[in-house]
Amino acid sequence: MGWRLIRIYTILVYLFMFLPIAVVVLLSFNANQFGSFPMTGLSTRWFEVLWNNDAIMRAFRTSITLGLMTAVISTVLGVLASLALVRYKIPGRNLITTLLIAPILVPEVVLAVALLLFLNFLDIGKSFTLLLAGHVIFTLPFVILVVQARLVSIKRDVEEAALSLGASPMQTFFAITLPLLMPAVAAGGLFAFTISFDDITGTLFWKPGGIETVPTQIFSMLRNSISPEINALGTVMIVLTVGLPLIGAAIARSLATRSGA
Amino acid sequence: MSIEQREARQPWILLTPALTAIGLLLIVPLVFIVVYSFWLKSAAGADTPGFFLDNWQEALTDPFYRDILLNTLKIAAVTTVACALLGYPAAYFIARSRGNKMVLLVLLMLPFWISYIIRTMSWINILGVSGALNSALIWLGLINEPIQMLYNETTVILGLTHFLLPFMVLNIFVSLDGIDTNLEDAASSLGATKWQGFLQVTLPLSLPGLAAGGLLCFVLAAGTYITPVILGGPRDAMFANLVYEAIIRQLNWPLGSALSLLLLVVLGVLVLIYNRYLGMAQLAKGLG
Repeated sequence: MGWRLIRIYTILVYLFMFLPIAVVVLLSFNANQFGSFPMTGLSTRWFEVLWNNDAIMRAFRTSITLGLMTAVISTVLGVLASLALVRYKIPGRNLITTLLIAPILVPEVVLAVALLLFLNFLDIGKSFTLLLAGHVIFTLPFVILVVQARLVSIKRDVEEAALSLGASPMQTFFAITLPLLMPAVAAGGLFAFTISFDDITGTLFWKPGGIETVPTQIFSMLRNSISPEINALGTVMIVLTVGLPLIGAAIARSLATRSGA
Repeated sequence: MSIEQREARQPWILLTPALTAIGLLLIVPLVFIVVYSFWLKSAAGADTPGFFLDNWQEALTDPFYRDILLNTLKIAAVTTVACALLGYPAAYFIARSRGNKMVLLVLLMLPFWISYIIRTMSWINILGVSGALNSALIWLGLINEPIQMLYNETTVILGLTHFLLPFMVLNIFVSLDGIDTNLEDAASSLGATKWQGFLQVTLPLSLPGLAAGGLLCFVLAAGTYITPVILGGPRDAMFANLVYEAIIRQLNWPLGSALSLLLLVVLGVLVLIYNRYLGMAQLAKGLG
Protein backbone atom coordinates (compact mmCIF):
# COMPACT_ATOMS: atom_id res chain seq x y z
CA MET A 1 0.00 0.00 0.00
CA GLY A 2 2.64 2.48 1.13
CA TRP A 3 4.89 1.55 -1.75
CA ARG A 4 2.19 2.24 -4.34
CA LEU A 5 1.62 5.67 -2.83
CA ILE A 6 5.35 6.43 -3.05
CA ARG A 7 5.34 5.27 -6.66
CA ILE A 8 2.45 7.58 -7.61
CA TYR A 9 4.14 10.44 -5.74
CA THR A 10 7.40 9.80 -7.60
CA ILE A 11 5.61 9.77 -10.95
CA LEU A 12 4.09 13.15 -10.06
CA VAL A 13 7.54 14.50 -9.17
CA TYR A 14 8.87 13.34 -12.54
CA LEU A 15 5.91 15.01 -14.25
CA PHE A 16 6.67 18.22 -12.35
CA MET A 17 10.23 18.09 -13.65
CA PHE A 18 9.45 17.24 -17.25
CA LEU A 19 6.07 18.76 -18.10
CA PRO A 20 7.29 22.37 -18.43
CA ILE A 21 10.18 21.20 -20.62
CA ALA A 22 7.85 19.12 -22.78
CA VAL A 23 5.60 22.15 -23.25
CA VAL A 24 8.58 24.20 -24.49
CA VAL A 25 9.31 21.57 -27.13
CA LEU A 26 5.63 21.24 -28.06
CA LEU A 27 5.08 24.99 -28.44
CA SER A 28 8.22 25.40 -30.55
CA PHE A 29 6.43 23.43 -33.29
CA ASN A 30 3.27 25.53 -32.94
CA ALA A 31 1.99 27.10 -36.15
CA ASN A 32 0.09 29.71 -34.14
CA GLN A 33 1.28 33.25 -34.77
CA PHE A 34 1.84 34.03 -31.08
CA GLY A 35 3.33 30.70 -30.19
CA SER A 36 0.85 30.12 -27.40
CA PHE A 37 -2.11 27.86 -26.77
CA PRO A 38 -4.29 26.79 -28.44
CA MET A 39 -2.03 24.94 -30.90
CA THR A 40 -3.23 25.55 -34.41
CA GLY A 41 -1.00 23.04 -36.16
CA LEU A 42 2.55 21.81 -36.49
CA SER A 43 5.19 23.88 -38.18
CA THR A 44 8.93 24.34 -38.25
CA ARG A 45 8.72 28.02 -39.17
CA TRP A 46 10.13 29.16 -35.82
CA PHE A 47 13.28 27.17 -36.38
CA GLU A 48 13.72 28.91 -39.74
CA VAL A 49 13.19 32.28 -38.06
CA LEU A 50 15.79 31.24 -35.50
CA TRP A 51 18.28 30.17 -38.16
CA ASN A 52 17.96 33.55 -39.85
CA ASN A 53 18.35 35.54 -36.64
CA ASP A 54 21.88 36.92 -36.75
CA ALA A 55 21.96 37.96 -33.10
CA ILE A 56 21.14 34.43 -31.93
CA MET A 57 23.62 32.82 -34.30
CA ARG A 58 26.34 35.19 -33.06
CA ALA A 59 25.42 34.33 -29.46
CA PHE A 60 25.75 30.64 -30.31
CA ARG A 61 29.23 31.12 -31.73
CA THR A 62 30.29 33.14 -28.66
CA SER A 63 28.91 30.54 -26.25
CA ILE A 64 30.58 27.65 -28.06
CA THR A 65 33.96 29.39 -28.29
CA LEU A 66 33.78 30.40 -24.64
CA GLY A 67 32.64 26.94 -23.55
CA LEU A 68 35.41 25.15 -25.47
CA MET A 69 38.16 27.44 -24.18
CA THR A 70 36.83 27.14 -20.63
CA ALA A 71 36.68 23.35 -20.90
CA VAL A 72 40.25 23.05 -22.18
CA ILE A 73 41.80 25.38 -19.59
CA SER A 74 39.78 24.01 -16.66
CA THR A 75 40.50 20.43 -17.59
CA VAL A 76 44.26 20.97 -17.88
CA LEU A 77 44.42 22.85 -14.56
CA GLY A 78 42.10 20.35 -12.91
CA VAL A 79 43.98 17.22 -14.04
CA LEU A 80 47.33 18.62 -12.88
CA ALA A 81 45.94 19.62 -9.48
CA SER A 82 44.16 16.27 -9.03
CA LEU A 83 47.38 14.38 -9.77
CA ALA A 84 49.17 16.32 -7.05
CA LEU A 85 46.37 15.77 -4.54
CA VAL A 86 45.89 12.07 -5.15
CA ARG A 87 49.39 10.85 -6.03
CA TYR A 88 51.55 12.74 -3.54
CA LYS A 89 51.63 13.15 0.20
CA ILE A 90 51.54 16.88 0.68
CA PRO A 91 51.27 18.92 3.84
CA GLY A 92 48.04 20.89 4.22
CA ARG A 93 46.13 18.67 1.83
CA ASN A 94 42.73 19.48 3.34
CA LEU A 95 43.32 23.20 3.19
CA ILE A 96 44.38 22.97 -0.45
CA THR A 97 41.31 20.87 -1.33
CA THR A 98 39.04 23.40 0.37
CA LEU A 99 40.75 26.24 -1.52
CA LEU A 100 40.32 24.43 -4.84
CA ILE A 101 36.60 23.81 -4.34
CA ALA A 102 36.03 27.24 -2.76
CA PRO A 103 34.44 28.67 -5.95
CA ILE A 104 31.47 26.33 -5.37
CA LEU A 105 31.08 27.52 -1.79
CA VAL A 106 31.09 31.22 -2.61
CA PRO A 107 27.76 32.43 -4.03
CA GLU A 108 28.24 33.13 -7.72
CA VAL A 109 27.03 36.73 -7.45
CA VAL A 110 29.73 37.47 -4.90
CA LEU A 111 32.38 35.77 -7.03
CA ALA A 112 31.14 37.78 -10.01
CA VAL A 113 31.36 41.11 -8.18
CA ALA A 114 34.78 40.39 -6.69
CA LEU A 115 36.31 39.34 -10.02
CA LEU A 116 34.75 42.23 -11.93
CA LEU A 117 35.96 44.87 -9.47
CA PHE A 118 39.44 43.42 -9.01
CA LEU A 119 40.21 42.93 -12.69
CA ASN A 120 38.78 46.35 -13.42
CA PHE A 121 41.22 47.72 -10.83
CA LEU A 122 43.97 45.99 -12.86
CA ASP A 123 42.63 47.77 -15.96
CA ILE A 124 41.03 44.65 -17.38
CA GLY A 125 37.48 45.83 -17.97
CA LYS A 126 34.46 43.86 -19.07
CA SER A 127 35.79 41.73 -21.88
CA PHE A 128 36.01 38.24 -23.30
CA THR A 129 39.13 37.74 -21.15
CA LEU A 130 37.17 38.53 -17.99
CA LEU A 131 34.38 36.17 -19.08
CA LEU A 132 36.88 33.39 -19.72
CA ALA A 133 38.66 33.93 -16.40
CA GLY A 134 35.35 33.83 -14.55
CA HIS A 135 34.11 30.70 -16.30
CA VAL A 136 37.39 28.89 -15.64
CA ILE A 137 37.20 29.68 -11.94
CA PHE A 138 33.76 28.33 -11.30
CA THR A 139 34.07 25.25 -13.53
CA LEU A 140 37.47 24.20 -12.08
CA PRO A 141 36.08 22.65 -8.84
CA PHE A 142 33.72 20.39 -10.80
CA VAL A 143 36.55 19.11 -13.01
CA ILE A 144 38.71 18.46 -9.94
CA LEU A 145 35.93 16.54 -8.16
CA VAL A 146 35.25 14.34 -11.19
CA VAL A 147 38.91 13.66 -12.02
CA GLN A 148 39.92 13.05 -8.40
CA ALA A 149 37.16 10.48 -7.90
CA ARG A 150 38.42 8.53 -10.91
CA LEU A 151 42.10 8.91 -10.11
CA VAL A 152 41.60 7.36 -6.65
CA SER A 153 40.28 4.21 -8.33
CA ILE A 154 43.28 3.81 -10.67
CA LYS A 155 45.78 1.59 -8.90
CA ARG A 156 49.26 2.96 -8.33
CA ASP A 157 50.69 -0.48 -9.15
CA VAL A 158 50.22 0.01 -12.89
CA GLU A 159 52.14 3.28 -12.79
CA GLU A 160 54.86 1.80 -10.58
CA ALA A 161 55.25 -1.13 -12.96
CA ALA A 162 55.88 1.29 -15.82
CA LEU A 163 58.34 3.30 -13.73
CA SER A 164 60.23 0.17 -12.64
CA LEU A 165 60.50 -0.89 -16.28
CA GLY A 166 62.40 2.32 -16.94
CA ALA A 167 59.73 4.72 -18.15
CA SER A 168 60.17 8.35 -17.10
CA PRO A 169 57.39 9.97 -15.03
CA MET A 170 56.33 11.88 -18.16
CA GLN A 171 56.17 8.71 -20.27
CA THR A 172 54.29 6.95 -17.51
CA PHE A 173 51.73 9.75 -17.34
CA PHE A 174 51.09 9.85 -21.09
CA ALA A 175 51.25 6.08 -21.72
CA ILE A 176 49.53 4.75 -18.59
CA THR A 177 47.77 7.27 -16.36
CA LEU A 178 46.23 9.55 -18.98
CA PRO A 179 44.60 6.78 -21.07
CA LEU A 180 43.13 5.25 -17.90
CA LEU A 181 42.00 8.68 -16.79
CA MET A 182 40.47 9.60 -20.16
CA PRO A 183 36.80 8.94 -19.26
CA ALA A 184 37.09 11.31 -16.30
CA VAL A 185 38.96 13.89 -18.37
CA ALA A 186 36.23 13.76 -21.00
CA ALA A 187 33.47 13.90 -18.38
CA GLY A 188 35.16 16.79 -16.58
CA GLY A 189 35.62 18.69 -19.84
CA LEU A 190 32.01 18.10 -20.87
CA PHE A 191 30.87 19.18 -17.41
CA ALA A 192 32.91 22.39 -17.67
CA PHE A 193 31.58 23.08 -21.17
CA THR A 194 27.97 22.59 -20.13
CA ILE A 195 28.26 24.74 -17.01
CA SER A 196 29.95 27.49 -19.00
CA PHE A 197 27.44 27.23 -21.85
CA ASP A 198 24.55 27.50 -19.39
CA ASP A 199 25.89 30.24 -17.14
CA ILE A 200 24.07 33.51 -16.84
CA THR A 201 24.60 34.75 -13.26
CA GLY A 202 28.27 35.58 -13.61
CA THR A 203 28.09 36.23 -17.35
CA LEU A 204 25.71 39.17 -16.96
CA PHE A 205 28.28 40.85 -14.70
CA TRP A 206 31.29 40.14 -16.88
CA LYS A 207 30.14 40.42 -20.48
CA PRO A 208 31.03 43.58 -22.35
CA GLY A 209 28.25 45.48 -24.09
CA GLY A 210 27.50 44.04 -27.52
CA ILE A 211 28.62 40.50 -26.69
CA GLU A 212 25.86 38.06 -25.85
CA THR A 213 26.00 34.38 -24.95
CA VAL A 214 22.97 32.21 -25.63
CA PRO A 215 21.54 32.50 -22.10
CA THR A 216 22.01 36.29 -21.92
CA GLN A 217 20.49 36.58 -25.39
CA ILE A 218 17.42 34.63 -24.25
CA PHE A 219 17.30 36.75 -21.10
CA SER A 220 17.19 39.98 -23.08
CA MET A 221 14.55 38.55 -25.44
CA LEU A 222 12.41 37.59 -22.43
CA ARG A 223 12.21 41.23 -21.39
CA ASN A 224 9.56 41.85 -24.02
CA SER A 225 7.51 38.69 -23.90
CA ILE A 226 7.91 35.01 -24.55
CA SER A 227 8.05 34.55 -28.30
CA PRO A 228 7.71 31.25 -30.15
CA GLU A 229 11.28 31.84 -31.28
CA ILE A 230 12.47 31.47 -27.67
CA ASN A 231 10.68 28.14 -27.41
CA ALA A 232 12.39 27.01 -30.62
CA LEU A 233 15.74 28.14 -29.21
CA GLY A 234 14.89 26.26 -26.02
CA THR A 235 14.24 23.10 -28.02
CA VAL A 236 17.59 23.45 -29.79
CA MET A 237 19.34 23.93 -26.43
CA ILE A 238 17.58 20.90 -24.95
CA VAL A 239 18.61 18.74 -27.90
CA LEU A 240 22.20 20.02 -27.71
CA THR A 241 22.68 19.70 -23.96
CA VAL A 242 20.80 16.44 -23.46
CA GLY A 243 21.16 14.80 -26.86
CA LEU A 244 24.88 15.33 -27.42
CA PRO A 245 26.10 13.83 -24.12
CA LEU A 246 23.74 10.86 -24.62
CA ILE A 247 25.03 10.30 -28.15
CA GLY A 248 28.59 10.68 -26.84
CA ALA A 249 27.95 8.08 -24.16
CA ALA A 250 26.37 5.73 -26.71
CA ILE A 251 29.36 6.07 -29.07
CA ALA A 252 31.79 5.53 -26.20
CA ARG A 253 29.92 2.41 -25.17
CA SER A 254 29.79 0.95 -28.67
CA LEU A 255 33.52 1.66 -29.13
CA ALA A 256 34.24 0.02 -25.80
CA THR A 257 32.29 -3.14 -26.65
CA ARG A 258 33.91 -3.33 -30.09
CA SER A 259 37.43 -3.05 -28.71
CA GLY A 260 36.49 -5.54 -26.01
CA ALA A 261 35.21 -8.10 -28.54
CA MET B 1 69.32 18.84 -6.01
CA SER B 2 68.68 15.40 -4.57
CA ILE B 3 65.99 13.07 -5.86
CA GLU B 4 64.00 13.50 -2.65
CA GLN B 5 63.97 17.25 -3.05
CA ARG B 6 62.77 16.92 -6.63
CA GLU B 7 60.11 14.45 -5.54
CA ALA B 8 58.92 16.89 -2.89
CA ARG B 9 58.71 19.73 -5.39
CA GLN B 10 56.72 17.87 -8.05
CA PRO B 11 53.24 18.14 -6.46
CA TRP B 12 53.70 21.88 -6.00
CA ILE B 13 54.59 22.29 -9.66
CA LEU B 14 51.40 20.41 -10.55
CA LEU B 15 49.33 22.52 -8.15
CA THR B 16 50.79 25.89 -9.12
CA PRO B 17 48.53 26.66 -12.12
CA ALA B 18 45.28 25.82 -10.32
CA LEU B 19 46.26 27.51 -7.05
CA THR B 20 47.47 30.60 -8.90
CA ALA B 21 44.16 30.81 -10.75
CA ILE B 22 42.11 30.43 -7.56
CA GLY B 23 44.36 32.85 -5.69
CA LEU B 24 44.38 35.57 -8.35
CA LEU B 25 40.79 35.20 -9.53
CA LEU B 26 38.99 34.39 -6.29
CA ILE B 27 40.92 34.93 -3.05
CA VAL B 28 42.66 38.20 -3.89
CA PRO B 29 39.47 39.64 -5.48
CA LEU B 30 37.51 38.75 -2.31
CA VAL B 31 40.09 40.54 -0.16
CA PHE B 32 39.99 43.40 -2.64
CA ILE B 33 36.23 43.94 -2.29
CA VAL B 34 36.60 43.92 1.51
CA VAL B 35 38.92 46.91 1.07
CA TYR B 36 36.70 48.43 -1.62
CA SER B 37 33.64 48.28 0.64
CA PHE B 38 35.26 50.95 2.85
CA TRP B 39 35.84 53.32 -0.06
CA LEU B 40 33.39 56.03 -1.06
CA LYS B 41 31.62 56.50 -4.34
CA SER B 42 32.45 59.84 -5.85
CA ALA B 43 29.87 61.85 -7.72
CA ALA B 44 32.17 61.87 -10.73
CA GLY B 45 35.41 60.12 -11.57
CA ALA B 46 37.18 57.45 -9.57
CA ASP B 47 35.91 56.23 -6.19
CA THR B 48 37.64 57.69 -3.15
CA PRO B 49 39.96 55.23 -1.38
CA GLY B 50 40.02 55.38 2.39
CA PHE B 51 38.36 53.94 5.44
CA PHE B 52 34.74 55.05 5.46
CA LEU B 53 32.00 53.15 7.26
CA ASP B 54 29.18 54.71 5.21
CA ASN B 55 28.49 51.71 2.94
CA TRP B 56 28.41 49.28 5.81
CA GLN B 57 26.19 51.56 7.81
CA GLU B 58 23.79 51.78 4.88
CA ALA B 59 23.86 48.03 4.20
CA LEU B 60 23.33 47.09 7.85
CA THR B 61 20.83 49.68 9.04
CA ASP B 62 18.66 50.60 6.03
CA PRO B 63 15.33 48.76 6.61
CA PHE B 64 14.95 48.36 2.83
CA TYR B 65 18.04 46.13 2.67
CA ARG B 66 17.17 44.33 5.90
CA ASP B 67 13.64 43.46 4.72
CA ILE B 68 14.88 42.12 1.39
CA LEU B 69 17.60 40.11 3.11
CA LEU B 70 15.05 38.52 5.47
CA ASN B 71 12.67 37.87 2.58
CA THR B 72 15.48 36.26 0.59
CA LEU B 73 16.25 33.92 3.47
CA LYS B 74 12.56 33.10 3.80
CA ILE B 75 12.23 32.29 0.08
CA ALA B 76 15.36 30.12 0.27
CA ALA B 77 14.01 28.30 3.33
CA VAL B 78 10.60 27.61 1.78
CA THR B 79 12.30 26.42 -1.43
CA THR B 80 14.55 24.09 0.55
CA VAL B 81 11.58 22.60 2.44
CA ALA B 82 9.66 22.18 -0.83
CA CYS B 83 12.64 20.41 -2.40
CA ALA B 84 12.95 18.11 0.62
CA LEU B 85 9.24 17.22 0.61
CA LEU B 86 9.23 16.54 -3.14
CA GLY B 87 12.69 15.01 -3.28
CA TYR B 88 12.75 12.62 -0.33
CA PRO B 89 10.00 10.20 -1.43
CA ALA B 90 11.33 10.28 -5.00
CA ALA B 91 14.89 9.54 -3.85
CA TYR B 92 13.55 6.77 -1.59
CA PHE B 93 11.65 5.24 -4.49
CA ILE B 94 14.72 5.31 -6.73
CA ALA B 95 17.03 3.88 -4.05
CA ARG B 96 14.69 1.05 -3.12
CA SER B 97 13.21 0.21 -6.52
CA ARG B 98 13.97 -3.22 -7.92
CA GLY B 99 14.04 -1.87 -11.46
CA ASN B 100 16.86 -0.01 -13.10
CA LYS B 101 17.94 2.53 -10.46
CA MET B 102 20.49 4.19 -12.69
CA VAL B 103 18.00 4.88 -15.47
CA LEU B 104 15.58 6.45 -12.99
CA LEU B 105 18.36 8.55 -11.47
CA VAL B 106 19.79 9.69 -14.81
CA LEU B 107 16.27 10.60 -15.95
CA LEU B 108 15.77 12.84 -12.94
CA MET B 109 19.25 14.32 -13.44
CA LEU B 110 18.55 15.16 -17.10
CA PRO B 111 17.09 18.59 -16.27
CA PHE B 112 20.50 19.36 -14.72
CA TRP B 113 21.85 19.52 -18.24
CA ILE B 114 18.99 21.57 -19.57
CA SER B 115 19.63 25.27 -19.52
CA TYR B 116 18.61 27.00 -16.29
CA ILE B 117 17.10 29.95 -18.12
CA ILE B 118 15.06 27.71 -20.41
CA ARG B 119 13.72 25.75 -17.45
CA THR B 120 12.88 28.97 -15.62
CA MET B 121 11.09 30.57 -18.55
CA SER B 122 9.26 27.31 -19.32
CA TRP B 123 6.90 28.16 -16.44
CA ILE B 124 5.66 31.17 -18.41
CA ASN B 125 4.34 28.67 -20.98
CA ILE B 126 2.49 26.86 -18.20
CA LEU B 127 1.22 29.66 -15.97
CA GLY B 128 1.14 32.67 -18.30
CA VAL B 129 -2.07 34.38 -19.36
CA SER B 130 -2.06 32.39 -22.60
CA GLY B 131 -0.30 29.43 -21.01
CA ALA B 132 -1.28 25.79 -20.76
CA LEU B 133 -3.10 26.03 -17.43
CA ASN B 134 -5.26 29.04 -18.33
CA SER B 135 -6.10 27.53 -21.74
CA ALA B 136 -7.11 24.28 -20.06
CA LEU B 137 -9.27 26.04 -17.47
CA ILE B 138 -11.02 28.10 -20.12
CA TRP B 139 -11.53 25.06 -22.31
CA LEU B 140 -13.08 23.25 -19.33
CA GLY B 141 -15.35 26.22 -18.76
CA LEU B 142 -14.12 26.77 -15.23
CA ILE B 143 -13.11 30.37 -15.90
CA ASN B 144 -14.08 32.90 -18.57
CA GLU B 145 -11.10 35.21 -18.40
CA PRO B 146 -7.48 34.09 -18.04
CA ILE B 147 -6.07 34.60 -14.54
CA GLN B 148 -2.64 36.14 -14.00
CA MET B 149 -0.89 33.45 -12.02
CA LEU B 150 2.66 34.61 -12.70
CA TYR B 151 4.94 37.26 -11.27
CA ASN B 152 4.56 36.74 -7.54
CA GLU B 153 6.56 35.18 -4.73
CA THR B 154 4.93 31.76 -5.18
CA THR B 155 6.06 31.50 -8.80
CA VAL B 156 9.60 32.50 -7.76
CA ILE B 157 9.60 29.65 -5.23
CA LEU B 158 8.10 27.30 -7.82
CA GLY B 159 10.82 28.17 -10.35
CA LEU B 160 13.58 27.77 -7.75
CA THR B 161 12.20 24.43 -6.59
CA HIS B 162 12.08 23.19 -10.18
CA PHE B 163 15.69 24.29 -10.66
CA LEU B 164 17.08 22.89 -7.38
CA LEU B 165 15.16 19.64 -6.91
CA PRO B 166 17.75 17.45 -8.72
CA PHE B 167 20.45 18.60 -6.25
CA MET B 168 18.26 17.47 -3.36
CA VAL B 169 17.28 14.12 -4.91
CA LEU B 170 20.88 13.28 -5.79
CA ASN B 171 22.16 13.97 -2.27
CA ILE B 172 19.38 12.04 -0.54
CA PHE B 173 19.80 9.16 -2.99
CA VAL B 174 23.55 8.91 -2.28
CA SER B 175 22.75 8.71 1.42
CA LEU B 176 19.89 6.19 1.12
CA ASP B 177 21.79 4.01 -1.32
CA GLY B 178 24.56 3.59 1.25
CA ILE B 179 22.24 2.24 3.94
CA ASP B 180 22.28 -1.52 4.44
CA THR B 181 18.69 -2.70 3.76
CA ASN B 182 19.26 -5.49 6.29
CA LEU B 183 18.88 -2.84 8.97
CA GLU B 184 15.25 -2.26 7.98
CA ASP B 185 14.65 -6.02 7.90
CA ALA B 186 16.22 -6.33 11.34
CA ALA B 187 13.90 -3.62 12.66
CA SER B 188 10.82 -5.34 11.28
CA SER B 189 11.93 -8.75 12.59
CA LEU B 190 12.16 -7.14 16.02
CA GLY B 191 8.50 -6.17 15.71
CA ALA B 192 8.69 -2.64 14.28
CA THR B 193 6.14 -1.71 11.65
CA LYS B 194 7.48 -0.56 8.27
CA TRP B 195 6.72 3.03 9.23
CA GLN B 196 8.48 2.71 12.61
CA GLY B 197 11.44 1.09 10.92
CA PHE B 198 11.63 3.96 8.48
CA LEU B 199 11.29 6.65 11.14
CA GLN B 200 13.78 5.13 13.57
CA VAL B 201 16.33 3.54 11.24
CA THR B 202 16.29 4.75 7.66
CA LEU B 203 15.38 8.40 8.16
CA PRO B 204 18.08 9.13 10.79
CA LEU B 205 20.71 7.38 8.67
CA SER B 206 19.77 9.44 5.61
CA LEU B 207 19.89 12.78 7.43
CA PRO B 208 23.44 13.64 6.26
CA GLY B 209 22.27 13.46 2.64
CA LEU B 210 19.19 15.51 3.43
CA ALA B 211 21.36 18.11 5.16
CA ALA B 212 23.84 18.29 2.27
CA GLY B 213 21.01 18.66 -0.25
CA GLY B 214 19.36 21.23 1.97
CA LEU B 215 22.51 23.32 2.27
CA LEU B 216 23.06 23.32 -1.50
CA CYS B 217 19.43 24.26 -2.20
CA PHE B 218 19.43 27.01 0.40
CA VAL B 219 22.72 28.60 -0.65
CA LEU B 220 21.94 28.43 -4.37
CA ALA B 221 18.40 29.77 -3.86
CA ALA B 222 19.56 32.62 -1.62
CA GLY B 223 22.18 33.72 -4.17
CA THR B 224 19.95 33.88 -7.23
CA TYR B 225 18.78 36.97 -9.06
CA ILE B 226 17.65 35.61 -12.43
CA THR B 227 14.57 33.69 -11.23
CA PRO B 228 12.97 36.70 -9.49
CA VAL B 229 13.53 38.81 -12.61
CA ILE B 230 11.85 36.25 -14.89
CA LEU B 231 9.14 34.83 -12.62
CA GLY B 232 8.73 37.49 -9.93
CA GLY B 233 6.90 40.79 -9.84
CA PRO B 234 8.40 44.22 -9.22
CA ARG B 235 8.25 43.70 -5.44
CA ASP B 236 9.85 40.25 -5.44
CA ALA B 237 13.49 41.36 -5.67
CA MET B 238 15.92 39.16 -3.78
CA PHE B 239 19.17 40.22 -2.19
CA ALA B 240 21.31 39.38 -5.21
CA ASN B 241 19.11 41.68 -7.29
CA LEU B 242 20.20 44.54 -5.01
CA VAL B 243 23.83 43.63 -5.64
CA TYR B 244 23.23 43.62 -9.40
CA GLU B 245 21.37 46.92 -9.14
CA ALA B 246 24.19 48.58 -7.17
CA ILE B 247 27.04 47.25 -9.31
CA ILE B 248 25.67 47.25 -12.85
CA ARG B 249 22.94 49.90 -12.86
CA GLN B 250 23.99 52.49 -10.25
CA LEU B 251 27.72 51.78 -10.66
CA ASN B 252 28.02 52.21 -6.89
CA TRP B 253 30.82 49.72 -6.50
CA PRO B 254 31.72 50.43 -2.87
CA LEU B 255 28.12 49.84 -1.76
CA GLY B 256 27.83 46.83 -4.07
CA SER B 257 30.97 45.39 -2.43
CA ALA B 258 29.48 45.79 1.04
CA LEU B 259 26.18 44.20 -0.04
CA SER B 260 27.88 41.20 -1.67
CA LEU B 261 30.07 40.68 1.39
CA LEU B 262 26.99 40.79 3.61
CA LEU B 263 25.43 38.03 1.52
CA LEU B 264 28.70 36.07 1.63
CA VAL B 265 28.90 36.35 5.43
CA VAL B 266 25.28 35.31 6.02
CA LEU B 267 25.57 32.26 3.76
CA GLY B 268 29.13 31.58 4.91
CA VAL B 269 27.96 31.25 8.51
CA LEU B 270 25.52 28.56 7.37
CA VAL B 271 28.26 26.69 5.50
CA LEU B 272 30.53 26.89 8.57
CA ILE B 273 27.83 25.55 10.89
CA TYR B 274 27.24 22.73 8.43
CA ASN B 275 30.96 22.05 8.17
CA ARG B 276 31.31 22.02 11.96
CA TYR B 277 28.72 19.26 12.38
CA LEU B 278 28.83 17.25 9.15
CA GLY B 279 32.04 18.12 7.33
CA MET B 280 32.63 18.86 3.67
CA ALA B 281 33.12 15.23 2.65
CA GLN B 282 29.36 14.61 2.49
CA LEU B 283 28.94 17.58 0.18
CA ALA B 284 31.70 16.37 -2.14
CA LYS B 285 30.00 12.96 -2.32
CA GLY B 286 26.78 14.49 -3.59
CA LEU B 287 28.57 16.67 -6.14
CA GLY B 288 30.91 14.04 -7.53
